[in-house]
Amino acid sequence: MRIFVCIKQVPDSAQIRVHPVTNTIMRQGVPTIINPYDLFGLEEALRLRDRFGGTVTVLTMGPPMASESLRKALGYGADRGLLLTDRFFAGSDTLATSYALARLIEKAAEEEGMPQIVFCGKQTIDGDTAQVGPGIAQRLGLSQLTYVSAIDEIDPEKGSITVRRRADHGVQVLTSRLPAMITMLEGSNHIRRGTQSDVLRAAQAKITQWNAAAVGITDLSLCGLRGSPTVVKRVFAPAARSEKADMIPATGGGSATAAALIDAIFARQPALEEDLISAAGGY
Amino acid sequence: MSKVVFDAIVVGAGPAGNSAAYTMANAGLNVLQIERGEYSGSKNVQGAILYSDALEQMIPDFREEAPLERHIVEQRIWMMDDRGHTGMHHRSDDYNEDLPNRYTIIRAQFDKWFNRQVRDAGATVLYETTATSLLRDPGGQVIGVQTDREGEGFYANVVVLAEGVNGLVGQRSGLRSELRPEDVALAVKEMHFLPQETIESRFNITGDEGVVIEAMGTITDGMIGTAFLYTNRESISIGIGCLVSELSRIGKDSPYQLLDRFKAHPSIRGLLEGSEMKEYAAHLIPEGGYRAIPDLVGDGWICVGDAGHFVNAVHREGSNLAMTTGRFAAETIIMLNKRGQACTKKALGAYRQRLDDSFVMKDMKKYKDVPRMLEKQGSTIMDTYPRLMNGAAQTWFRVDGRDKKTKENEIVKSAWRVRGLGLLGDAVKLARAWR
Repeated sequence: MRIFVCIKQVPDSAQIRVHPVTNTIMRQGVPTIINPYDLFGLEEALRLRDRFGGTVTVLTMGPPMASESLRKALGYGADRGLLLTDRFFAGSDTLATSYALARLIEKAAEEEGMPQIVFCGKQTIDGDTAQVGPGIAQRLGLSQLTYVSAIDEIDPEKGSITVRRRADHGVQVLTSRLPAMITMLEGSNHIRRGTQSDVLRAAQAKITQWNAAAVGITDLSLCGLRGSPTVVKRVFAPAARSEKADMIPATGGGSATAAALIDAIFARQPALEEDLISAAGGY
Repeated sequence: MSKVVFDAIVVGAGPAGNSAAYTMANAGLNVLQIERGEYSGSKNVQGAILYSDALEQMIPDFREEAPLERHIVEQRIWMMDDRGHTGMHHRSDDYNEDLPNRYTIIRAQFDKWFNRQVRDAGATVLYETTATSLLRDPGGQVIGVQTDREGEGFYANVVVLAEGVNGLVGQRSGLRSELRPEDVALAVKEMHFLPQETIESRFNITGDEGVVIEAMGTITDGMIGTAFLYTNRESISIGIGCLVSELSRIGKDSPYQLLDRFKAHPSIRGLLEGSEMKEYAAHLIPEGGYRAIPDLVGDGWICVGDAGHFVNAVHREGSNLAMTTGRFAAETIIMLNKRGQACTKKALGAYRQRLDDSFVMKDMKKYKDVPRMLEKQGSTIMDTYPRLMNGAAQTWFRVDGRDKKTKENEIVKSAWRVRGLGLLGDAVKLARAWR
């Protein structure tokens, strides 16, 4: 199978700081990571390659330093990394990003052939929109399978795929046609640890870098800030919670601790207590 | 995997490993560096002060790019009792020079930069990969390392062990014994963020100027240890450390409790006021000195930095020794490589010779008796004398209607009462250890 995986380099949210005056994210000095949601797609791609053979190509759009994330993806076992980087892309919203990535995928497909699956992260941890994957699917005419928790069946020959998809009130089982764009749900798998040869190859790999012109983008008004109708009106940091965590000592044994815990919860959520009591038909 | 044999494998990407890998890669050797952290610096902990000289030897223009915090213009040395401190401050505008001698740094950023230079010099660097053991040929010569990733290992003509104080490869392979509690200090450290202007006004500094406070005294409960406070650009690094043997023998409080007390001390509290703690870390420091230095070379391996116990505890030097030993090891390997000579124990002995001829071993030897002296005199030096000194200062400076002769007598008596003839002995012991 030929599989593409779109990833994004994001600041490590565990180590992020917000500027006290401007409320913007201070990225300088903050380590970057691969958007954690993307790794579920990458692992699923690697599993499919394990089963069917083929290649896994990882793509991203970002500043030159985003090549480090691609290198890391190669260390997990991906075959090739492609970076789309150009100052014209600065300030892209989801519309402009999905446009640029769609062009990147088409360009890569010229070299490698059209992928049967494009994996994207469910959303990113810095933007949280969950729009880029669907945007790519729409532009490239791919079947859209979002919030997938498992791939039940796949037949690359016939071009059919059946997945489980998390919906608001349950699980949908969907059968669709390839090529498809899939976003994997968190927890659906766990990214593997690359072998010695994976990490050695990754460390020595040359990451292909293309600019806008190289992927055939000529109309720059569709890119970056100019191509982004989204306007950030205001950024603010939520006020710190006044409530502090309560520590409940586990000294009185299991049931006493549980009772103390329930008392503490009900003290804060009287409505919950009433609901549970009425659901249980009274005490 | 096809079996590539590197010219050298460097285990670890701290100052020692980065120096070794950089020097060798720069000389055209095919170098593989293996780091267990997510990136170089992610697991590395230090105060941290960078001494320019050791780095300048390799990267003369490092100041142009390296992430440096502040250059030191003022050094404060404090003897603390429970209520205050008596000390020496040294400050000079001479330190505002074109090429400053010492800087505060944040290791996570600095090491990452240094490691970038290693990669740019052509070395292959693997992250999140832990070297677990040495691979040997039937004759016992080290020929590579095995890691915690699946695979048959990596091969090289020589392995540079720059794995830090608690280097497991060397320990597991029997190259050095396990750490002795009396040879190693446990230090805890916190980073406190403060606005740049606050730091500058609080410490009377401007621009990139910085202040360093090194403190000892009752803050360590009589245990052998020291505390520090360093100014960074927008943060303050503060920490305290004690010998592990003392912590286990005496330790009423755990290290972080000592740090909490240090932070709350009247002499320190105001300097941290309003700050936000953003990071905490703990680290072992090899402080056993010259006598704790293990075997440094063997057939196919060489040991540098903290793994070789290269720390001058008296002068708070370590990263510079790490860089210098890393560079010396690299230069020894480069020399053998150019001559086409195998990295046997005998051939690598040239490294030991270079160390002996340099400040590294000369300084290590100079203070070789300090750890033993401290072992015996610890509580006197860490507790009795700081109390005496602060008491004497108070007697001296308070104006209370008593004549000066009486005060002088009182100071002498207070010292005599506590130590008696021991005073003389302490002076002799200190002088001997220092010599």
